[in-house]
Amino acid sequence: MARVFLPRSLAPYTGGALEVEVPGETVRALIAGLEAAYPGLAEQLSGRLAVAIDGDIVADPYLEAIGAQSEVHFLPPVGGG
Amino acid sequence: MSEKSTEGRPLKWVGTRPVRPDGVEKVTGRARYGADFARPDMLWGHVLRSPHAHARIRRIDVRRALELDGVKAIVTGDDLPEIASEQAFVGEEPTDYRMLSQNVLARGKVGYVGHAVAAVAATTSAVAEEALRLIEVDYEILPHVLDVLSATADDAPLVHDDLCDRKGVKKNPSNIANEIEMGHGDPEAAFTNADVVVDRSFTTQAVHQGYIEPHACLAEAGPDGQVTIWCSSQGQFMVRGYTAKLLGLDLAQVRVVPAEIGGGFGGKTTVYLEPLAVALSQRSGRPVKMVMSREEVFRATGPASATRIRVKIGATKEGQFLAGEAWLDYEAGAFPGSSVAAGSMTIFAPYAFEHARSHGRDILVNKPKSAAYRAPGAPMAAFAVESVVDDLARQLEIDPIDLRLQNAAREGVQSSFGPRYKRIGFVETLQAAQEHPHYDAPLQPNQGRGVAAGMWFNAGLQSSAAVMVNADGSVSVISGNPDIGGSRASLAMMAAEEFGIEYEKVGVRIGDTASVGYNDVTGGSRVTLATGKMVVEASQEVISQLCERAAKVWDVDVKRVHWADGKAKVLDDEAIEPLGLAEIATGAARTGGPIQAIASGSVRGVGMSFGVHLCDVEVDPETGKVDVIRYTAFQDAGRAIHPSYVEGQIQGGAAQGIGWALNEEYVFDDSGRLENSGFLDYRMPVASDLPMIDAVIIEVPNPDHPYGVRGVGEAPIVPPIPAVVNALRAATGVCFSDLPVSPPRVLEALDAVS
Repeated sequence: MARVFLPRSLAPYTGGALEVEVPGETVRALIAGLEAAYPGLAEQLSGRLAVAIDGDIVADPYLEAIGAQSEVHFLPPVGGG
Repeated sequence: MSEKSTEGRPLKWVGTRPVRPDGVEKVTGRARYGADFARPDMLWGHVLRSPHAHARIRRIDVRRALELDGVKAIVTGDDLPEIASEQAFVGEEPTDYRMLSQNVLARGKVGYVGHAVAAVAATTSAVAEEALRLIEVDYEILPHVLDVLSATADDAPLVHDDLCDRKGVKKNPSNIANEIEMGHGDPEAAFTNADVVVDRSFTTQAVHQGYIEPHACLAEAGPDGQVTIWCSSQGQFMVRGYTAKLLGLDLAQVRVVPAEIGGGFGGKTTVYLEPLAVALSQRSGRPVKMVMSREEVFRATGPASATRIRVKIGATKEGQFLAGEAWLDYEAGAFPGSSVAAGSMTIFAPYAFEHARSHGRDILVNKPKSAAYRAPGAPMAAFAVESVVDDLARQLEIDPIDLRLQNAAREGVQSSFGPRYKRIGFVETLQAAQEHPHYDAPLQPNQGRGVAAGMWFNAGLQSSAAVMVNADGSVSVISGNPDIGGSRASLAMMAAEEFGIEYEKVGVRIGDTASVGYNDVTGGSRVTLATGKMVVEASQEVISQLCERAAKVWDVDVKRVHWADGKAKVLDDEAIEPLGLAEIATGAARTGGPIQAIASGSVRGVGMSFGVHLCDVEVDPETGKVDVIRYTAFQDAGRAIHPSYVEGQIQGGAAQGIGWALNEEYVFDDSGRLENSGFLDYRMPVASDLPMIDAVIIEVPNPDHPYGVRGVGEAPIVPPIPAVVNALRAATGVCFSDLPVSPPRVLEALDAVS
């Protein structure tokens, strides 16, 4: 299962855990898995966001593939000037 | 490298310095910028702006203004649709459409001096300005807050009393619009194991992006509801999207034609005038042109945030960083959305910390809504952290580059913002700086040398590009991103490389919103990287088509055909004469029609870019004036497609950062009125202020881009502030923690020491 790292602001939804293991082959499935384990979390992850999958930062990554051993970090969206 | 990587392949154009395609038009004055467009029967629009930092609007009476001969339309907040709260993405700063609409035209109350209250269209510019004087606004003046300290005081007046969270639930009354925290480990515990801890606080002031071209647009709303906008921006699709949203129009109703852009640097990743011009055109039935004065640009558009930042780093006596913690307060202006998230992400990013944490707060004040500015949020954060790293090097008596090398982020290291780094070039960039003759060059009295590092991400986001083969064998590329830093050249060079043709045979045009697929803004150092990737993909698709057409001509299996040196060739039969682009294109009608391809995608493969700058300053102890006498900037560009443009980006970023350090600041009086709203009093460096900035390009290819590109446009502005301030400290022995280090501040510090 992928290792998912959540922003500290979401700790109240996970009982304080910021690193969790969740099944899912896409970011969408991962978010569904997170919601099943921690109700209310999906809504917090439903806005514009970026995800780093094994170090590769992707904006709006809903259907991006997740490997079984992937590290997934939810991040604020990065734009620029 | 990806499957279609260029590694090991000889390159003809990438890495060379051909003539820039927009050069002749620009140096001969024929390039058309935002204010250069006109239409028959055109009206002129002007904006009435708030004289108060914070006030409730009791009443607006436009009757006298409407009676003025020549006035054709007036809009106030009541004339724009109420927009529901919905997250938008403006440059670096996610904001809310409702707030964006309120910033374009005030509803109910004004949040800063310069806030738009009404807009007028009239037959001449003078009549429109006269009409503004006839509009009567009854204000109830409210108490205001102008900095993060007063805005976060317990009894602070509220800039907004109706802020809501993501669920639309009203937040506790506060000027803290958002808080963010990130990091890993336990810094607090780790600090107890440190041999040395440096803990300092810093302030920076709001600064302008310094684009020379003011915001300008021309809008025409036809009787059929179709709208055309001609304007200068960092994204024609951004202008289309925001204008349509704010006016309740369908995207298909709005066409935005991009002008050349006279600088943006992040400041043109949002809208100010365009929705007003369209609304005025809708009401008057005539085209409306609006051009901001320089004063309006300063008073009413977004600067980079003023900040207060505290940084604490603990290290062993051998120089190993153990823990870092930072607290960042960024002024958002009168609406939420500063660049504090990016500041919080980048502040410790260059270094490998086992324990790192940053706490960011987005704070409302009664000033113009902040906007993106080149690597938004990162230069202020770098000023703080690189000053502390300089302190550590001094206290530990370790060479400052050695200290950075010892702690440098590299592949596999967990970044302070979360993910592990892929291949990055920070170590190589530090080594290049250390080995450069500048680093050991002798200095004279009153001179000092500073070193500083910094990083910026690059954004991928959404890009599209179209590639077409013309009948004469030339290739047309349509990009949907305004060219603000050389993207026409870099896209042409990558296309020429793919096709194996001359650079001059590729023409790149910037398409309007009706002629090319959607593109996110030109920002985030992303166009050569992301749109370039789309150009490469579209070119490869076209080459596949060319091979298929050649196979048809020869009546051979397409599997036997390959593309090399600008021609289709049969792999196993040299007797068959290869077919060039022109030959295939000329006969395209017989083999299937026009040959073209479109590539679109959400682009992955973002490569981080790191920079290291060396700065020498000389201080005049009698006046406090600081001169930069030598400056060398090193940056990992991944691969420099057109090195001259990359060097230009590095030089430009360094110049802007030097200005930010030495002189630039918005100066507000107690009433919240900006006192230096022009380039005479807002002192940016000019050519005579600066030495030649030597740019040294390091090339550690981005493994996820077909040409190894890392975006280069923003990273160069991250290290200059601390490079200058660290040099100033070396020259004077004085620690400076507040920007700008202008002559009065330097003189005061020198006097205090003496």
